[in-house]
Amino acid sequence: MSSTNEDHVSNGTMPDDGIMRAADGTPLKQRLAKALRREKLRSFLLIAPLLLFILLTFVAPIADMLFRSVENNIVEDTIPRTVEALAQWDPEYDQLPDEAVFKALHDDLQIAVAERIHTRLGSRLNYESSGMSGLFRKTGRRIKRMDEGDYKAQFIAADKDWGDLETWRVIRRFSAPYTAGYFLSAADAERTSEGIELKPENERVYLMLFGRTLTMSIAITISCLLLGFPIAYLLAHLPLKTSNMLMILVLLPFWTSLLVRTSAWKVLLQQQGVINDFLVWIRLIDDANRLVMINNQTGTIIAMTHILLPFMILPLFSVMKTIAPYYVRAAKSLGANDWTAFWRVYFPQTVPGIGAGAILVFILSIGYYITPELVGGTSGIFISNRIAYHISSSLNWGLAAALGTILLALVMLLFYLYDKIVGIDNVKLG
Amino acid sequence: MSENRGAAVRYESVQKSYDGETLVVKNLNLDIARGEFLTMLGPSGSGKTTCLMMLAGFEPATHGEIYLNDNPINNVPPHKRGIGMVFQNYALFPHMSVAENLAFPLQVRGMSKSEQEAKVNRALDMVELGTFGSRRPAQLSGGQQQRVAVARALVFDPELVLMDEPLGALDKQLREQMQYEIKHIHEHLGVTIVYVTHDQTEALTMSDRVAVFNDGVIQQLSAPDVLYESPQNSFVAQFIGENNKLNGTVTEVSGSECTVEVAGGIKLRADPVNITGVGGKTTLSLRPERVELQPENQMDNMVDGKIEELIYLGDHIRVRMNVADNKEFVVKVRNRGERRKIAKGDIVQIGWAAGDCKALDVVE
Repeated sequence: MSSTNEDHVSNGTMPDDGIMRAADGTPLKQRLAKALRREKLRSFLLIAPLLLFILLTFVAPIADMLFRSVENNIVEDTIPRTVEALAQWDPEYDQLPDEAVFKALHDDLQIAVAERIHTRLGSRLNYESSGMSGLFRKTGRRIKRMDEGDYKAQFIAADKDWGDLETWRVIRRFSAPYTAGYFLSAADAERTSEGIELKPENERVYLMLFGRTLTMSIAITISCLLLGFPIAYLLAHLPLKTSNMLMILVLLPFWTSLLVRTSAWKVLLQQQGVINDFLVWIRLIDDANRLVMINNQTGTIIAMTHILLPFMILPLFSVMKTIAPYYVRAAKSLGANDWTAFWRVYFPQTVPGIGAGAILVFILSIGYYITPELVGGTSGIFISNRIAYHISSSLNWGLAAALGTILLALVMLLFYLYDKIVGIDNVKLG
Repeated sequence: MSENRGAAVRYESVQKSYDGETLVVKNLNLDIARGEFLTMLGPSGSGKTTCLMMLAGFEPATHGEIYLNDNPINNVPPHKRGIGMVFQNYALFPHMSVAENLAFPLQVRGMSKSEQEAKVNRALDMVELGTFGSRRPAQLSGGQQQRVAVARALVFDPELVLMDEPLGALDKQLREQMQYEIKHIHEHLGVTIVYVTHDQTEALTMSDRVAVFNDGVIQQLSAPDVLYESPQNSFVAQFIGENNKLNGTVTEVSGSECTVEVAGGIKLRADPVNITGVGGKTTLSLRPERVELQPENQMDNMVDGKIEELIYLGDHIRVRMNVADNKEFVVKVRNRGERRKIAKGDIVQIGWAAGDCKALDVVE
């Protein structure tokens, strides 16, 4: 570094353009960036392995999964000639596609059947219009026996659905490589000839599930807060020895399997379970009127509150730990009674902890799967259970991805709102 | 008890124990007059803060009674005592603005909005922070936070204000400035202030009376000058100000003077403040500035000492000497402009008056 003296000398000879310059005349900002570059590179190299790991195992799979919610290559990949020929056909025109389209379909299906991928296309289109799966399977069996010429008649003979305009409209509509269909289904909507509309009342399921997931998550968050706040307060104010002991009890659930804990709730809450037996025994309830506390929303809320409680207690505890006891003393010395001192002075300082705990519990519960699955019955399941169903049972990954994307967007939106209302810098984990 | 009527605060045989085994405060009896500035001074663990906390109501007395304006307050909760308090770390509520902090004690007393505002503004003006009302405590400097804390403790016009090491977190210069400000506020408002500190300068600067605490007992309760000039025991002598000590045996007591023989058979004349009698051990206490280096006139005590070290400090020179086997004997020589021909290793004569040398209880 040059001395102050040199700076003075060189400053005199430099252009006076208002830019701070280093001793050798290069702009100071440029100089500083150069000096910091090595340090930045070193820090980057330090985090590079983790960054790579996260990219490969977290960001990439999620991006791929989210992409599936709009991806629709299967139609074009399986029956490329048909898609091309069908582009000429006007779906609004009340006439079946011409012979060229049927010939293309015949050629495509012959290859598809040989590769045994035509049933996959059938299942894919079945999501949009039921019956398509059977149509493709049936046609697949007949395709080898078809003769050359007049494919139209032969197809319709194989299955009369090929003579139905609606079948062709579905194929045509979903032959594009991208589709909003999954998202529409996820929002209980469908595309009809009059545009996008909500499905008939009795077919709607996802909006209700999203609503239930949100309200139940809020209920779980509130009950975690109500139960966790006094415990965190106790932990933060007991002597260290006792509070360490209690802290182990709080952390104990983390060390037992989630499955075990959830199953334990089954034992406790079922109609012939411990709690009902006890209540009957103390004659609080009649044997005939045992409480239904499991396989419904009550069961889900009770079990999930228990499981997520530590996520509320820990941030609350660490924030309360930092609140010096002299604040409450000061409030009392200024004339506040116990309640006022707590409510006006202590409680506001715990808000960052409440915020952190509430966000944690809410976000965890909104995507919770295993507990609602085990104790939720039909009325207590969450949207994630539906997503899991589409992933592993119905194999409609596109719809699962769309539901997942909506869920993710919802969480992001709530996070954004939280930031706007409470401020994310008000969140403290310790 | 009747002679104590009118005291703002009275501790009567107060004892305090936290664990049931040791007493932190041992049989405290103390009267604090209305309008007095009383400082509880002592090292950490001496029980001074505990005494303050019992008065504020945050710690219950194990035994005895505390009276506030002749009313026993042992069973009165803190918020009903009406005592203003300034805490060590200010304890300003971080989520409230300065004005809200000041309005807090007025709000909980159900004061009207306009009255609150008037009082808050007056309090802010008093500590010269009139324009800072809307700021958060974190946006203020340490000194400003300190003033807000003082203003908050005074805004509801309490008769008694407690201060628990309020200047501990400030740097030296600010601390001195605040000492004068608190002193002026006290003189101006006439409130009773009980101040706790371990800083003797602070205690001497501000107080009407200082109670020196050690080991749960008040060692001496006096005005600052008395405390410095006439310490009652060796602890006070050493805790307040700088002090030379010489251990010896009393050989003679005659009226207002005694003779003490120290190491090397040197006999010194001293003021018998706290001795057991002839033959008893004693510790002589002597302020460094009361010792004359190379005295021109005959003095009560004259001894030779070897200069071990000279430190130039501008207004005075610190001379560390070996006197009667005590190598830590310090003499402060005022810088009068004359050049003294003294150097390390010289053996010079020093002298002091018998009245400046206190014979106190023995310390090893």
